Amino acid sequence: MIATSQLTLLAGARTLVRDLNWMVGAGESWSIIGRNGAGKSTLIRTLAGLRAPDSGAVILDGRPLAAWPLAELARTRAFVAQSRSDAFGYSALDTVLAARHPYGATRYWEDDADQAAAQAALAAMEVDHLAPRDVRTLSGGERQRVAIAAMLSQDTPLLLLDEPTNALDLAHQAAVARLLARLCREQGKTIIAIGHDLNLAHQASTHALLLMGDGEWLAGPAVEVMTAPLLSRYLHHPIEVLTHGARRLFISSEG
Amino acid sequence: MTTSPSPNNTRQRALVIVATLALLAVGSLLLSCAVGSVPIALADLPGALAQVVHGKPETLAATLFELRLSRALVAFVTGAALALAGVMMQALLRNPLADPYVLGISAGASVGALAALMCMCALWVVDASAFGGAVLVSAMLYLLARRGLRSGAPAEGGASTLLLTGVILSSACMALVTLMLSIAPEGRLRSMIFWMIGDLAGAPLRILPWLVLAGGLLFAMRSARSLNVLAMHAEGAAALGVRVGALRKGLFFVSGILTASAVTSAGSIGFVGLIVPHACRFAFGPDHRLLVPAATLAGGAFLVLADTLARTVIAPQQLPVGVVTALIGAPVFLWQLHRLHRT
Repeated sequence: MIATSQLTLLAGARTLVRDLNWMVGAGESWSIIGRNGAGKSTLIRTLAGLRAPDSGAVILDGRPLAAWPLAELARTRAFVAQSRSDAFGYSALDTVLAARHPYGATRYWEDDADQAAAQAALAAMEVDHLAPRDVRTLSGGERQRVAIAAMLSQDTPLLLLDEPTNALDLAHQAAVARLLARLCREQGKTIIAIGHDLNLAHQASTHALLLMGDGEWLAGPAVEVMTAPLLSRYLHHPIEVLTHGARRLFISSEG
Repeated sequence: MTTSPSPNNTRQRALVIVATLALLAVGSLLLSCAVGSVPIALADLPGALAQVVHGKPETLAATLFELRLSRALVAFVTGAALALAGVMMQALLRNPLADPYVLGISAGASVGALAALMCMCALWVVDASAFGGAVLVSAMLYLLARRGLRSGAPAEGGASTLLLTGVILSSACMALVTLMLSIAPEGRLRSMIFWMIGDLAGAPLRILPWLVLAGGLLFAMRSARSLNVLAMHAEGAAALGVRVGALRKGLFFVSGILTASAVTSAGSIGFVGLIVPHACRFAFGPDHRLLVPAATLAGGAFLVLADTLARTVIAPQQLPVGVVTALIGAPVFLWQLHRLHRT
């Protein structure tokens, strides 16, 4: 689905990621894990095409990202940013309908299909009751769920999410993780998400990419990569892995 | 419990609002023609209109009608251009409190116009020089903030580079204006100050501002959907297929030309470009597909009414229309601002 070849990302003089050769297959769900400032957001913005690589290339469906027309790209990948700044009083429904833009940029108004897609997306995120609300009056968690609803209504095979469970309460964190897992399983969507909650990441993803922040990286299936020694090294913090029934639990082993 | 509007309802509502505003605009023009130191009776209006349309005004009513209509039309095109430029500038800077003058385009025009007025130039030189000043400031702003206009940089950083550069250029121009006002000969001061406040008396009716307005409106309507996405997501709009860099450049240039055109014909009339888009957004919502035509019509009608007030309230003496817009605009704006902060 999406791959990088010799991708290098810089932040000022610092090298965040060096020579990343990474393949994400269709239907896989990846978590990007690393400390603050390790380049996770930079990487996902580069994958989304919002930032040019410092060297190397991102290849989406066999074509370099730079060669994709913006509108076609917008029908192939969706991106949920880490935070939103709402300057105007659009309704929640407006913001979800706007995600249908790639399908009707030449029409002046949305059609019934757009409306239906938006309503379904709002319902999937349990925010349909918020549809007429001014987005500036929503709580952080509600706003985040509306943003994920917008991503769903964009209806793309590749989903890129920067900390999607940020600001969500426990129940909705689990719901989002389940929803993402189901999208992969049932609709064959490809997901790349950033998250700080290792338990949630492990539950929702099949694979993980660890970033050290100094250029070093490690990519592989979650079972192989999400182990106590590797996570402890990449997160600079001792992590223990416990087995509870069929689940793997990650806990910090220091106070 | 939610009453989410179906696409048809949204469309119908937009049509009704735009049609109502268009009627109001025509009404404001007629009112402005009827009212004055010598009022024209309502019954005489159709006859006068017919004579003016046929190009041979014979009665007194028809002559007055023609004079007032020409001035009202200048007011309309100026107000409409300012309101439209305001909508665009607010979307460009992603700030509902921005106005067309915030980037210093009108300050540049003031420098040009005042320099020409100080040198006792002919009216067309004043206009040309005002337009030149506006274009010069826009060009400088573009060169200095080019990187901020393009995408790539984080949205807020990009917009604020542009905003800060504009504000600084604006204050530099205002310093020049103050300099000229302090050294200008006594006899020129009145005309210079009237130009600064914005005055429609003696503003000639030209075809060019209408063409600029039509072009600007066409651009804004065509990109109305993208404008919504840009206003919602800033840089993230690119992820939805909007060519952010090109759109922002377009907004910058089109709103700049609209502002320059408005300021050139009527001086720097304040508040129209700020409160009209703001009030329309407050009343009809932030959707640019409705906001663009609504604010354009409302801005035109507002300035026509304000100018009618300006020339009748202490008749036979005339006020510069900028005084009226500021006197109405400031309290209305403050009231809206406080309502916004309460909700």
